Amino acid sequence: MASVTIRNAVKSYGTMEVLHGVSLAAQDGEFVVLVGPSGCGKSTLLRMIAGLESITDGDIDIGGRVVNELEPKERDIAMVFQSYALYPHMSVRDNMGFSLKLARRSRKEIEEAVNRAAGILALEPLLDRYPRQLSGGQRQRVAMGRAIVRNPAVFLFDEPLSNLDAKLRVQMRSEIKALHQRLGSTMIYVTHDQMEAMTMADRIVVMRAGKIEQVGTPLEIYDNPANSFVAGFIGSPSMNLIEGTVMEKDGTVVLRDDGGADWSLAEAARAHLGRSVTMGIRPEQIVTRDGAIRGTVVNVEPTGAETHVQVQVGANSIVVVLRDRFAGAVGSSIGIASLPERVNLFCRETGARLALSPG
Amino acid sequence: MTTRSKAAARRALVLDILNHGALALVALLFLFPFFWMVSNAVRSNAEVLAIPVRLLPSVFEWDNFAKAWTEQPFGRFFFNSFVIATSVTAITVVVSCLSGYAFARLRFPGRDLLLMGYLGTLMVPGIMLIIPLYLIINSLGMVNTFQGVILPVAFGTFGSFLLRQFFLSIPNELEEAARVDGASRLRILVSIIVPLSMPAIGLLSLFTFIAQWNNFLWPLIVMTGAENATLPVGLTLFQTQQSTAWNYIMAGATLSMLPGIILAILLQKLIYNSIALNAGLGGR
Repeated sequence: MASVTIRNAVKSYGTMEVLHGVSLAAQDGEFVVLVGPSGCGKSTLLRMIAGLESITDGDIDIGGRVVNELEPKERDIAMVFQSYALYPHMSVRDNMGFSLKLARRSRKEIEEAVNRAAGILALEPLLDRYPRQLSGGQRQRVAMGRAIVRNPAVFLFDEPLSNLDAKLRVQMRSEIKALHQRLGSTMIYVTHDQMEAMTMADRIVVMRAGKIEQVGTPLEIYDNPANSFVAGFIGSPSMNLIEGTVMEKDGTVVLRDDGGADWSLAEAARAHLGRSVTMGIRPEQIVTRDGAIRGTVVNVEPTGAETHVQVQVGANSIVVVLRDRFAGAVGSSIGIASLPERVNLFCRETGARLALSPG
Repeated sequence: MTTRSKAAARRALVLDILNHGALALVALLFLFPFFWMVSNAVRSNAEVLAIPVRLLPSVFEWDNFAKAWTEQPFGRFFFNSFVIATSVTAITVVVSCLSGYAFARLRFPGRDLLLMGYLGTLMVPGIMLIIPLYLIINSLGMVNTFQGVILPVAFGTFGSFLLRQFFLSIPNELEEAARVDGASRLRILVSIIVPLSMPAIGLLSLFTFIAQWNNFLWPLIVMTGAENATLPVGLTLFQTQQSTAWNYIMAGATLSMLPGIILAILLQKLIYNSIALNAGLGGR
C-alpha cells in the first residue's frame, strides 16, 4: 500500500498542452475516481502515474518516492485496462502468472500467488481456459486477478467496465468495491460514468480540459458542486441549470428566470439580490405543487422506482424526478416548485458556485 | 410457397455447380504444368521429345527418379539447398521481426524517413545488384561458400514491411500490459508479439523458404564447385552440350518440389489464418 501524490503535473504533446499543472493526493488505501468527459485528460493522468506516458513537468510520487523517471515495472503498480489486455495466446493461469515469471519467482511461488488471486475472484475453474473462451465479465475478473497477483502498492483502473453490459457493470462495480475493502490497497480508477464514480469512490476528482474542477467525497460533490460544470456533470439526470436574476418578491427571495417564472430561493441568497446568476437544482429537489410555476409536460420516462418528467417552463427544459407514479399526460399543464434550501447558485460569467451566507 | 422455394433451391444448386465447375477448370489449368512435369519424369527421353505429344507415357519408367538421384549427387544438392533455404529463412525471420518491431513500435528520430528509404530499395531490380554483390562477396573471400549465398539474400525489405504491418494491428494495450508486468522490449517481442504474429511469420517463412529453394541465379554465380550446387543449379547438370536428359530433369524437378509442398501443407492453417486476419475474418 502507498499514497500517490501528484504535484503540478503537466503533459504536452509537442506544443499542445493537454494537462495543465494537475495536483492531487490519494491517501494510502483510498479509492479515488477520476471522472470527466472524453478528452479531459483523466486517462492521460492515469497513464502518467503508471509510467506509460512521460511527464512533461511536475512530479509524481508513489509511496514517498518520485517515480518520474522509473519504468512501469519499477513503480509497484498494477493496471487494469479498458480492453482487459489479456494475452490471447496464454491461458488464464499464464496470464496471471506472467509478471511473477518475469520477476523470476519460483514455480511454486507463482502457483500459490495465482491460486490465491483465483480464489479471491472465483476464477479457479477458468485457470486453464484461454481469454477467447471467457465471457466479458470473466475476462474482466482475470484482468483484476492479474493485477492482484503482483500484490502492488497501487491499483490503476482505466475505464475497466466500459465494455460490459449494464447488468454486468453493476455487478462488477460491487466486486471491485468489495475487492478494495478486502485488500485495502490504494486504487485510482478512471471512468467517464459519473454513476460509477458516485457509487465506488472514497473521493471523486472531476476533471475538464486538462484541469481538476473539484475534488471531494461523492456527496460533497453532489450536494455542493464547485461550479456549474461539475453540477451538470455529476448526477443522473443531471442538475437543472436555470439562468435568471435574484430578486425580492413579497418579502421573499426568488430567482426570476429569463422567461419570467419565479423560483423560490433560500433567505441566504439575499446577498446576491440584483445579480445575474445560474440556479442549479437537482431533479429530485423539485416538487409538483398547484399554484406554483406552471409548465407543460413534454416527456414522461417511468423507470419503475421513479418517474422522470420533463417540463417546459418558458425557454427552460426542466427535469423533475418523482418518487410516485405520474398520472399526467404529455402536453398537460403541471405546477412545480423548487425546494429553496437545496438550491445552488453559480456566477453566470465564471460558473463558480456563489456562497449562500445566512442573513 | 413450397414450389417457389423448390425452384429457388434448384437455381442455387445450378449456380453452385457452375461456380464449382469454373473453379475446377481454373484449378486444372494451374495443375497442368505439374502434371506435365510428372508425366515427363516417368517416360523415356525419346518419348519426351516424340511428336505427336502424348499426355501419358506409353511405358511408366518409375526408376527415372532413382536414376536422377544417383546420376548426379542429388542428395548433396538437397542438403545444400536445405542449408541455404533454412538459414536464409531463419535469418530473414529474426531480422524482420526485429526491424518490423522497431518500425512499428519504437519512436526514434528519422524512423519514418528510414522506413521510406528501406521500402525504396524494393524498387531496385535485384538483377542490378548481382555484380556489386558478387564483387563484395569476392572481396570478402566468400565465393563458393554457404555464407556467400546466404548473407546477401537474408536481409530483405519485404519481411520487415510485412511484419511491421502485422505488428501494427496488435493492440498497443497488450504491450503496455506487458510493460506494467515487467517485460523489457525484447521480452515483449519474444513473448507477446511473436506468438501473436505466427500467421504472418509462417507466411514469411514459407515465401522465403520457397524463394530460396527455387533460387537459381545467385547460387549459380556464387557456388563455383559442383559439390556446392543447389537443386535448381544441379538440375542443369543434366544438360550437356551433346544432349539434355529432360526426363531426369523433370524427375529431379518433381523431387525438388516435395519439400515446398510439404511445408505449404504444414503451414496451410497459418497461411489461412493470416489471410483471414488480414481480411478481417478473425481467423485463429
